[in-house]
Amino acid sequence: MKITGAEILLESLKREKVKVIFGYPGGSVLPFFDKLYDVKEPRFILTRHEQGAAHAADGYARATGEVGVCLATSGPGATNLVTGIATAYMDSVPMVALTGQVKTHLIGNDAFQEADVTGITRPITKHNFLVKDVRELAQTVKEAFHIARTGRPGPVLIDLPVDIQIASCEFHYPTKVDIRSYRPTFEGHKGQVKRIARAIEKAKRPVLYAGGGVVISGAAPELTELAKKMHIPVTVTLMGMGAFPDTHELSLGMLGMHGTVYANHAVQESDLIIAVGARFDDRVTGKLDEFAPHAKIIHIDVDPSSVSKNVDVDIPCIGEAKQVLKELLKMLRKEPDTSAWLKKIKFWKEKAPLKYKIDDKLRPQYVMEEIYAATGGDAIITTEVGQNQMWAAQYYQYTKPRTFLTSGGLGTMGYGFPAAIGAKVGKPDKTVFDIAGDGSIQMNIQELATAVLGKIHVKIAILNNCYLGMVRQWQELFYKKRYSHTHLNTCNCPDFVKVAEGYGAVGMRVTKKKDVRKAIEKAIKTPNTVLIDFVVEEEENVMPMVPAGKAIDRMIGGMA
Amino acid sequence: MQKFILSVLVENKFGVLARIVGLFSARGFNIDSLAVAETEDPCVSRMTMVVDADEKTLEQIKKQLNKLIDVIKVIDLTEKEYLDRELVLIRVKIDSKTRDRVIQVIETLSAKVVDVGRDSLAVEEVGDSKKINATLELLRPFGIMEIVRTGKIVIQAGKKE
Repeated sequence: MKITGAEILLESLKREKVKVIFGYPGGSVLPFFDKLYDVKEPRFILTRHEQGAAHAADGYARATGEVGVCLATSGPGATNLVTGIATAYMDSVPMVALTGQVKTHLIGNDAFQEADVTGITRPITKHNFLVKDVRELAQTVKEAFHIARTGRPGPVLIDLPVDIQIASCEFHYPTKVDIRSYRPTFEGHKGQVKRIARAIEKAKRPVLYAGGGVVISGAAPELTELAKKMHIPVTVTLMGMGAFPDTHELSLGMLGMHGTVYANHAVQESDLIIAVGARFDDRVTGKLDEFAPHAKIIHIDVDPSSVSKNVDVDIPCIGEAKQVLKELLKMLRKEPDTSAWLKKIKFWKEKAPLKYKIDDKLRPQYVMEEIYAATGGDAIITTEVGQNQMWAAQYYQYTKPRTFLTSGGLGTMGYGFPAAIGAKVGKPDKTVFDIAGDGSIQMNIQELATAVLGKIHVKIAILNNCYLGMVRQWQELFYKKRYSHTHLNTCNCPDFVKVAEGYGAVGMRVTKKKDVRKAIEKAIKTPNTVLIDFVVEEEENVMPMVPAGKAIDRMIGGMA
Repeated sequence: MQKFILSVLVENKFGVLARIVGLFSARGFNIDSLAVAETEDPCVSRMTMVVDADEKTLEQIKKQLNKLIDVIKVIDLTEKEYLDRELVLIRVKIDSKTRDRVIQVIETLSAKVVDVGRDSLAVEEVGDSKKINATLELLRPFGIMEIVRTGKIVIQAGKKE
């Protein structure tokens, strides 16, 4: 029986077990929206900007581990997805973005709402497709999902002209997918794993450096077992939060530009760095030629192009973190003697813990600590970008993977709120908090409608310091406090409480330390979207800090 | 920095060329020349690229190319035995005095005159880099008005045992 392209797309998404689509309609997707009108599954969530849809699909994917799906019309609808797709690309998030396109014979004709979406998104997608024949649609969807979720995951875009949605053909959903030019490696080379095992057994000052790849691969249990059995301290990246419990005594916390002093010193004095699912990004390494000067480097990663890209690797091992760590655990025969090393680290932790000024002023770090306490450390935290993001990473203890959702690679302001919506849809029983800055929250504030009308009860904590915080901090430290256009005047405009109430959400303002805990607890108990405007110290800085171009043990606020 | 030759087999699909060139421009890799066409399998195209890079960058280029979904295989020919060819069309200036000498030079090479103009000749030459460079050097003193090159294509040498 022949069915239309729109029906084929819907059926194919069902075969891929898609439960939710985030999107916004338009002319070039009318046929598909007409099919959505009759079904309850997949659930369609209407956002108020396509960027919100992309970030929501991303948040959903990170929280659940499934492929996030977003949908937009041609031209401006598709271009509005670009920031969200680039965000997912930089953080290896599995996503399928569906865009309508003008009729096939109008492509290249400067038609109404036409854009070269496959051209525009080529550098920011793992792969993309323009479907020009309805008979190829089912196969394309199957390939798209396969590419999105395997190997190093990433966003895949399918551009679907409106006449293809209307055309019809026989529907056969392929049972297998086999792309001859795409064969990601799952298992590590046994010889390499053996070399890694021997290196670990001999190490005196090893450090486990865990990144987003551990979370993506579901390798947190294996990583935790490895650290505990071999008595190796663990540092996590921004993307690897929760891969190892922050509360465990072997945890060094985050490393890098705003990492802990002891994590950075541990790396610099280490004789063996075991990198798992991390990519030696510049926020982590600081001055590259002074990074980990005494260490042999082991690198376990699924993407060969990340190995020896920035840092020369002594023992590479390509494969999925979970598979490789499992194999490694089987091969380890004895524990390295790290007792002296752990003693030294304990000394550093006592000498240079994370700290901030404790007085009666309301400081953002205090708000984060209270959110941690009030949620029992069991919430899903999403963040925006800048100071709010760093404090959320530092002052909340993450113990499980997929509980800290942040735009690490691209650093997209406006990510956190729609991502929180997506995360809540994927994990409805969890409390979800978006930690926002007063600048960032205004970038996708329109999604208050999505949350309120969709009854997706997320909580927003704005750390309102009236400035574009992180940029102001750099202007203070490196540009003699010349605050060029970073004073957002958010203390006067807008009134966030009124904005929240205007959308039918609950708005609260907190200006004193003693009111913080009550407000958070009230927010958690309120069966609605809640926005709390925390008016915090204006010129508070994120400390400690590795200044740009310096080695990571040369921190401002450090030990040197 | 040196020149490396890569022979890349790709799926003959819409957008593949744009994807590869886009990768190079995004990461700041330099392409000296590029030739691409179908192979014996119409679903597969071959891109022959001469890239200008250092060894570390070349490693990244090969890894990034392999990452692309439509790239089937990346062959680094620089260390292998190969034959290379390029076709060049050269427009040489002539006048009544130099004409005979130019034609004499052309005859000593294996080049052909393919077009005769009032004050110029178009010369075609096919060969490896050595031959192409020699031809250009011999013709340069007469005045070269235009050079059109195809870019290098390369085929691996057959196994000799």
